[in-house]
Amino acid sequence: MTTTLKNTLLFAGIAVLIIIVGIQQSWNSALLIISMGLISSIMALGVNLQWGFAGLFNVGIMGFVALGGLAAVLIGMPPTEGAFSAGGLGVVGALLLGAGTIIAAIQVMRRMQAGWLRSLVVILVLVAGFFLFRALLDPSVERIEEINPAQTGYLGGLGLPVLIAWPVGGLFAAAAAWLIGKTALGLRSDYLAIATLGIAEIIIAVLKNEDWLTRGVKNVIGVPRPVPFEIDLQNDPGFVERAAAFGMDPVEGSTLYVKILYILLFAAVLLILMWMAQRALHSPWGRMLRAIRDNEVAAEAMGKDVTARHLQVFILGSAICGIAGAMMTTMDGQLTPGTYQPLRFTFLIWVMVIVGGSGNNLGAVLGGFLIWFLWVQVEPMGLWLMNVITSGMAEGSALKEHLIESAAHMRLLTMGMVLLLVLRFSPRGLIPEK
Amino acid sequence: MDLLNALVAFLNYVFVPGVAYGSQLALGALGVTLVYGILRFSNFAHGDTMAMGAMATVLMTWLFQSWGLTLGPLPTALLALPFGIAFAIGLLLFTDRAVYKFYRVKKAKPVILVIVSLGVTFIYNGVTRFIIGADDQSFFDGQRFIISARDFKAMTGLDEGLSFKTTQAITIVTAIIVVIALFWFLNKTRAGKSMRAYSDNEDLALLSGINPERVVMITWMIVATLATIAGVLYGLDKSFKPFTYFQLLLPIFASAIVGGLGNPIGAIAGGFVIAFSEVTITYAWKKILVYLMPENLEPSGLVQLLSTDYKFAVSFVILLIVLLFKPTGLFKGQSV
Repeated sequence: MTTTLKNTLLFAGIAVLIIIVGIQQSWNSALLIISMGLISSIMALGVNLQWGFAGLFNVGIMGFVALGGLAAVLIGMPPTEGAFSAGGLGVVGALLLGAGTIIAAIQVMRRMQAGWLRSLVVILVLVAGFFLFRALLDPSVERIEEINPAQTGYLGGLGLPVLIAWPVGGLFAAAAAWLIGKTALGLRSDYLAIATLGIAEIIIAVLKNEDWLTRGVKNVIGVPRPVPFEIDLQNDPGFVERAAAFGMDPVEGSTLYVKILYILLFAAVLLILMWMAQRALHSPWGRMLRAIRDNEVAAEAMGKDVTARHLQVFILGSAICGIAGAMMTTMDGQLTPGTYQPLRFTFLIWVMVIVGGSGNNLGAVLGGFLIWFLWVQVEPMGLWLMNVITSGMAEGSALKEHLIESAAHMRLLTMGMVLLLVLRFSPRGLIPEK
Repeated sequence: MDLLNALVAFLNYVFVPGVAYGSQLALGALGVTLVYGILRFSNFAHGDTMAMGAMATVLMTWLFQSWGLTLGPLPTALLALPFGIAFAIGLLLFTDRAVYKFYRVKKAKPVILVIVSLGVTFIYNGVTRFIIGADDQSFFDGQRFIISARDFKAMTGLDEGLSFKTTQAITIVTAIIVVIALFWFLNKTRAGKSMRAYSDNEDLALLSGINPERVVMITWMIVATLATIAGVLYGLDKSFKPFTYFQLLLPIFASAIVGGLGNPIGAIAGGFVIAFSEVTITYAWKKILVYLMPENLEPSGLVQLLSTDYKFAVSFVILLIVLLFKPTGLFKGQSV
């Protein structure tokens, strides 16, 4: 069997699975699986760039995805009336001051001679900068959060078309990746893992607690959409007529129509990124990355700048995750910092990359669809399994109730098992690297 | 008098919690550092190993409590602890046989083992939630305080009370005993010496006839013991919730790296550095400053450098600083 035939069959298999869901459950859930599958594929593409091309282990995907979500809010939401004049300048000034402090400290580090005097000056600069930063930030934040806290209480966004947020989300993620890469790359490979684990937790903590920026756990809802609202479509006689021509009632027709529009948008992004990733893989740059991955010492001896290449690819991969994060928040229409779980946004993507085939872009896309499908379907399957196991037990027994309740945790177990089994028995994944 | 009040407030809110938390982190970091030294990978499953060991202990505690078996003023969990440790040892030895050994024999790259340990993390996490659920579980019993704030105030006549919880005392005492036992084992016994030899130079150790599988087995047993003790102490002191153990990974790794990965003394020092930084930076100092400052200079705000929600940021920043300036850690670790 040729590779092309095998790959086609694999993708056809997923299509069949999704069609079965469409017939058995509903077309709405089938389309939802496709759109989330597309987003997952984009994330997996980004991680594949880091792991498959360069062997970098990123455990902070959740953080980069969340930064993309933040971009959707900051770009798409309308600005809060009066918030900027109340405290916006103060906040921006404080942030600039904070950045300035760090730059000043770095300059002192560079310019002065090493010794206790330099350490003292650096510490003084940082401490003074921190207190100034807080003195400027705190009152501004208080003023912003006072404005209609039940509805807004935050700065709001720029009110631009939300599609702009997608590349901006990538930029946000790239900036965070640069910070991490600059410190942790070039050291042991495990350090990058730990540093990314940390930055992800911190980004989520910031989103949860900085109410002036994201409304924190009060969530931002009603992020503008790039597609029409279902309710508008249902009130549009032209649309109702067209839906009727397909033999659908307007409610179902409008939900399907909106989902298809999202799918087209996401598919376009995936195709562009996929094309770019394929070009990168087959370019001299991609070959250099793989050479570095396979033998760092030899590549360095050939005069390749290993750390700089790693930094590049780490930033690019994280940016792709940021884009996917912005897309996801756009589709959800809300930013809910409480829902970012490492299991869902970091670990699941890793399973996608490993199962699909690390080092192969097509594999990442396949893994994205397949694992997302499993992720959605494991819970009903687990519940069914538990019902079968417990069917012999007495009705209302404590063990039976406990087992059925615990079916929700089957996901963690299943995904962990899938990862370990694939790593052990088929480490190259479904579509191996050529 | 004011000075004394300030001192008592400092002890009560900063020093005692810091020492207890530092002991818990140090025990966790010791486990991470031992795995790193002997098996040469960063074990992401350590947090959830702590959760598994603690879970077994919690279940045994409940069983003992239902039998009416208690230790009087001490928590029953101490009685259940050996069973928890035995369970964790069994679990880790099984995991090693079923999962890690394959990669060790193949001499896989450390980063592969890190990914594998992440897979193990999620299986452990799933099993923990499957058995005991994702919610907070309380398993503390016995006497709550050794000195309660009210008694202390009555005793000394100060405005500030100093409370000393039983769990804090147990944490500190246990940590000291465990650390002494561990260092005695590593420095005085044959098995401990062979572990250090294997950690320093694998090839030389093999040539001297040290059995690597035996070293690995002993390491896992010690790691299981440390993880369970750390997990139970943390659970007693705060509360047992599966997800918090995953979140503890960051401060634990930060402690191990700050001290120098692979260096046990460093792990202990790192644990206290991280714990005290977290506590001092997220504590609202107003309470103490009120006593120390003249009345007209009293601070208006809380004088809290960062809100407690950012305690992870503290360990992270310290981690970044160490990686930037001294990647081998305060005490010389193995890693470059």
